[in-house]
Amino acid sequence: MFGDYTLGQLGSIFVMQGFAGLILFSVFLLMALGLAIIFGQMGVINMAHGEFMILGAYMTYLTSKLFEAWAPGLLAGYFFFAMILAFLASAALGALVEWALISRLYKRPLDTMLATWGLSLMLQQVYRSVFGAREVGVDLPPWMLGSWQATDSIEIPINGMFVMALTLLITIGVAILMYKSRWGQQVRAVVQNRVMAGAVGINTERVDRATFALGCGIAGVAGSAFTMVGSTGPTAGQLYIVDSFLVVVFGGAQSLIGTIASAFTISQSRSTLEFFTSGSMAQVATLIGVVIILMIRPQGLFATKVRR
Amino acid sequence: MLAIDSLRVAYGQSEVLHGINIDVAPGEILAIMGRNGMGKTTLMKALMGIAKSTAGAIRLDGSDIAGLRSHERVARGVGYVPQGRMIFPTMSVEENIQTGLTVTGEKDVPCDIYELFPVLLEMKRRKGGNLSGGQQQQLAIARALACRPKVLLLDEPTEGIQPSIILEMARTLKKIRDQRSLSIIVSEQVLSFALDIADRVLVLENGEVVHAEDRASVDEAKVASFLSV
Ligand SMILES: Nc1ncnc2c1ncn2[C@@H]1O[C@H](COP(=O)(O)OP(=O)(O)OP(=O)(O)O)[C@@H](O)[C@H]1O
Ligand SMILES: [Mg+2]
Repeated sequence: MFGDYTLGQLGSIFVMQGFAGLILFSVFLLMALGLAIIFGQMGVINMAHGEFMILGAYMTYLTSKLFEAWAPGLLAGYFFFAMILAFLASAALGALVEWALISRLYKRPLDTMLATWGLSLMLQQVYRSVFGAREVGVDLPPWMLGSWQATDSIEIPINGMFVMALTLLITIGVAILMYKSRWGQQVRAVVQNRVMAGAVGINTERVDRATFALGCGIAGVAGSAFTMVGSTGPTAGQLYIVDSFLVVVFGGAQSLIGTIASAFTISQSRSTLEFFTSGSMAQVATLIGVVIILMIRPQGLFATKVRR
Repeated sequence: MLAIDSLRVAYGQSEVLHGINIDVAPGEILAIMGRNGMGKTTLMKALMGIAKSTAGAIRLDGSDIAGLRSHERVARGVGYVPQGRMIFPTMSVEENIQTGLTVTGEKDVPCDIYELFPVLLEMKRRKGGNLSGGQQQQLAIARALACRPKVLLLDEPTEGIQPSIILEMARTLKKIRDQRSLSIIVSEQVLSFALDIADRVLVLENGEVVHAEDRASVDEAKVASFLSV
């Protein structure tokens, strides 16, 4: 499949497809980050994570429409507001779900999986009723549309670079929150020993709720990024949830570096392979690659090495 | 200070503590002796809100804390050093102590804690899980002291620790009591350690207090007979 191209062309294709995959990388990374935080904290596999992402996407869509109608002059900057709103909406829904559902199924991982799966179906129906079954898309502000001509054969889309920069900022922010703040310290204490964390004075229920909300909020931001690569529909989240799980498992849960590396590998191999083959072939090839690597390293790419 | 009143604790259907009555005076060190499986840990867990009590009251300075959750009890002034230490293994020594500061709202580890345990200051950047057993025990005590307790619960602090360190720990605990005028409840199987630090000794057998005596008048042979199998 590489035969028809010269070496120089191949190089350009790899670079460009690589950058085209940046938004996908951002979506995967943010989704996986949220999933991993929630799983690490409370052992909950959030099957509705894709729907939290789609909530963020709808919020982004709404913001763009609001700006178009009421403040067309500010349209260029709507995306920043959209991301914040997406985060807040998904985080608020996350906190509500944790209170109403998850905290009542504490220590019953299978039940929480079922419950969040049910929740995902419910949310899809809600989206269908509220926003309609038809997919919606956002219009990007003009400054995001262009691409940057790096060399005469390599073009890099501006929105891709923008979203990736924001994603890396968020990732760094989460890392600082987890490893440098007192709140992060409490989270890690609860992760390591929930009972003992309570017995040194940490309010574990409050930490749980905040963590779940944070993970869902990050999914909402992923939804904002997602509006740039796909159109938003009630079931669009389903397409991303499996890949996001894949990223978490492949990276080795609990390892931030692992999650980044694995999101990068998976999104890049998908994006590059998609150019040469069809989309589903790319997905299959990626999946096979991941399975083979997991057979060699079942703990994921990066696992923390500490005596326990 | 702390008054435990007909406290009953059960795991599911099987009751382990059958109505315990204990009073602890301010500044008193109370040793709870008992063989394996007699309910010492269960009593500690019940005081901490980890095991649920089915009946009875736990009064701290007059108010019942039996219905509160663990972190609320810590805020009221109960500090806990569990059996097996249970430090947070992947967190640094300093971070481990800081977790105890949650209820006080302080940011930095108070220096009086490092004065009590200088070895922790030397190792403050090390991972808790990479400390020796004795050092972990000191870390667990430091973490419990960080929340400025009025009552300190220690569950078998001497378990797996060599005799010379046990002597030093007894000295440290007495120093802590004198400096901070807190009460200490310590569960033990090592009689010499208990007699070394305690003001009063109490024997727990099959979930009941079967013997209680002041240190001054204690009949060593009698207490020892409870402990031998
Ligand atoms: N989680 C539990 N579920 C059911 N039974 C339990 C549980 N924990 C302890 N027990 C039972 O309660 C009784 C008292 O146990 P406990 O741990 O309080 O003893 P202990 O005096 O601390 O013993 P040791 O000196 O070995 O630490 C034992 O019979 C034990 O089998
Ligand atoms: Mg015990």
